[in-house]
Amino acid sequence: MPETQSYLEFQGIGKTFPGVRALDDITFGMDEGRVRALIGENGAGKSTLLKVLSGAYTPTTGVVRIAGRDCAFHSTADALAAGVAVIYQELNLVSDMTVAENLYLGHMPTRKGLVSRKTMHAHARKQLESLGESIDPSMKVGRLPIGQRQMVEIAKALTRGAKIIAFDEPTSSLSDRETRNLFSVIRSLKDRGHVVLYVSHRLEEIFEVCDSVTVFRDGRHVETFGTMEGVNHDVLVNRMVGRDIHNIYGYAPRAHGEPALEVEGILGRGLTEPASFQVAKGEIAGFFGLVGAGRSELMRLVFGAEPKRSGTVRVLGRPAHIASPADAIRSGVMLCPEDRKKDGIIPVRAVMENLNISARRKHAYGGFLINEGWERKNAREKVDQLAIRTPSLSQLIMHLSGGNQQKVILARWLSEEMKVILLDEPTRGIDVGAKSEIYSIIYALAKQGIGVVMVSSDLPEILGVPDRILVMSEGRITASFSRDEATEEKVLKMALPTAGRKAA
Amino acid sequence: MNGTDSRMSQEKLKALSTDSLVRKLLDSGGMAVVFLALFGVFSYRIDRFCSLDNMVSLGLQVSSIGIVACTMLFCLASGDFDLSIGSVYACSGVLAAVVANQTGSVLFGLLAGILIGGLVGLVNGIVIAKFQINALITTLATMQIVRGLAYLVGKGQSVSASSEKFTVLGSSLLPLGWLLPGRGAGGTSGLEGIPTPVLITVFSFVLFGFLLRYTTFGRNTLAMGGNKEAARLAGINVSRLQIIIFTMQGLMAGFAGAIMASRMGIGDPKVGVGFELQVISACVLGGVSLKGGIGSMTFVVSGVLIMGAVENAMNLKNLDPFFQYIVRGGILLAAVLFDRFKQRRAD
Repeated sequence: MPETQSYLEFQGIGKTFPGVRALDDITFGMDEGRVRALIGENGAGKSTLLKVLSGAYTPTTGVVRIAGRDCAFHSTADALAAGVAVIYQELNLVSDMTVAENLYLGHMPTRKGLVSRKTMHAHARKQLESLGESIDPSMKVGRLPIGQRQMVEIAKALTRGAKIIAFDEPTSSLSDRETRNLFSVIRSLKDRGHVVLYVSHRLEEIFEVCDSVTVFRDGRHVETFGTMEGVNHDVLVNRMVGRDIHNIYGYAPRAHGEPALEVEGILGRGLTEPASFQVAKGEIAGFFGLVGAGRSELMRLVFGAEPKRSGTVRVLGRPAHIASPADAIRSGVMLCPEDRKKDGIIPVRAVMENLNISARRKHAYGGFLINEGWERKNAREKVDQLAIRTPSLSQLIMHLSGGNQQKVILARWLSEEMKVILLDEPTRGIDVGAKSEIYSIIYALAKQGIGVVMVSSDLPEILGVPDRILVMSEGRITASFSRDEATEEKVLKMALPTAGRKAA
Repeated sequence: MNGTDSRMSQEKLKALSTDSLVRKLLDSGGMAVVFLALFGVFSYRIDRFCSLDNMVSLGLQVSSIGIVACTMLFCLASGDFDLSIGSVYACSGVLAAVVANQTGSVLFGLLAGILIGGLVGLVNGIVIAKFQINALITTLATMQIVRGLAYLVGKGQSVSASSEKFTVLGSSLLPLGWLLPGRGAGGTSGLEGIPTPVLITVFSFVLFGFLLRYTTFGRNTLAMGGNKEAARLAGINVSRLQIIIFTMQGLMAGFAGAIMASRMGIGDPKVGVGFELQVISACVLGGVSLKGGIGSMTFVVSGVLIMGAVENAMNLKNLDPFFQYIVRGGILLAAVLFDRFKQRRAD
């Protein structure tokens, strides 16, 4: 590919943050009248590259070249002046101003120093009509539906003379109709000779609207497909993840032993009826329910994070008196909380601190003096065992990706004498590759004879990972299915509120 | 899982982290460097600054703030702070003098001073931890209550200690003169030893620095300050920890008050107004985070010494005391701005 002829070129772009290389020697080019998809897992570098393109970040190395000229953007205004507009998920419009004012913000047409409303509205109407939209320019932007707001944003880019337009997850909050509308606009931008970059997680969309695709992984450029011929879903996933994911769950039956956890008649805030359930050693029990069904509340009650009004908990057949998380941990019951940032990690502390926080007191001299040797050894061991990606044990946990943060919390409990683990939404906000790693950790735990409880709102996941599925609705357990009995319809039906279920 | 792949990227990341080693050094010891620089400049520009006598008086000058800053470090690190210490500092001194006069026992007097501090701290801790009341409001209330108590105990006036022995704790010199340089041939320094309060301060720095860095208690304190709910869910008894921290804080404020009273031979209910803010300033100046979770004794020692050195230099230069307020505030503002700048860059 003769690089010098491309309209937009990234030449060796690198961007380093403390301890993290977000982009590493990114080089590729794009021609006019093309729509290029940028894909990769979370943290692969797509968004960082867009931020470099839009001038929000200054690259550590390399240069962006537009029409053969080196561009060094120091702000989004610089980029806009060079004809680059990036349209983000959260749109950059002033909702209290009218459509026309937003379009011409900062460069309103004037006559004798006064804003000429008439000219402005006429221009705005024309610009929007060219996109196939008949939006009233005097409408307040805040009153438009999200799809139309996005059109205003595109029109705004065009009024600034943007030649290069990048979209960052543009369809995430659009309806089907709005999405189709957006795609036809993107095609017309292409026909008019614009350079369009399209970042999305939704691979189907990419096949629909893009004519070429660039894949990123770990901040590096993996491969660019100049045409979509011979490119399919599996090929892209394979390049994104760097390995084949045939069966992302990897379920295999295991032997179950005697009950690991027996909960009887537990009741507290968030539950409307006493809840009872059992999990055997080596078993994975899934809890499904809609938001507010009481799943997290039930887990927190079992773990002693909330006071319970009644009910008993037995661990390996012995009664466990759990009045606080510390009690639960002592009895061998662990919880990975739903909201990792709020309840799980201690962001300003190191990976090693987050990992050893609970188990350390057993290894400290006299329960008081830190056993530095053990701490280091344990942390190193767990980081290797779970393949936690961190530059060092002393890296602050907040700089790790979501999947690695989750693994640190799992490692925290692996350092204890665990008999039962309650996993509340263990894969929420984690990308595909890390998800399958988390699943294999879950299976490994069950295989060791630990009783696993897994809460999830992801229907495919809850049908794919556990041995048994319990369903909750309106603060009570409504059903229990074996893995073989459970289907999407059955589970969903029992998860709906009572009124809805009768109607269904 | 592709083992070699993840190993490779781990090594790559490791290489990256050494780049920032210099940065880390600056981050953790930044204020210590600032202190050394200030010290150098003052020694060069101000005649008597670097003299042994002045060093001893600098030590005495920072001893009260230094002692209380040790436990304030724990308070801040755990995400709270304590405004009542200035009043405790005064009340303890008055009570020490009164009890010493009435019982005839200096020891009882000093113990009473320390214990009243512990009691106030315990009350603070229980109200904050068990009743979930904001530390600002709680300690603002006890600050006023205890100030009133100090006046009541002293019947509105400062109380002179009748026994000469009362001043031993604050004014004695420990015969460690041989530790000091320049006592050889000339023997001009005339120093016979190091004042007891200075040694107590140094000892407190070491003790509490050790507690924070090398014990489960210290690490749990930092974890709690970093994210209280996460610490609780990790099995840390956060309310017990809070009560211990506030009690400790009260005891040390009481101790500092007793030492001060002993140094003066007087328990004065008017002392220590604004003391809490000076202590918090010193900690923050050194780099202890007001949001909790970040702090070390190095930070506190640097902060206390910078404050002390600047004040000492201003005194030597006979700077108008009104200016001193402005300079002190200016330094604090500069320190927090610098801290914010560092954070921005880290993001």
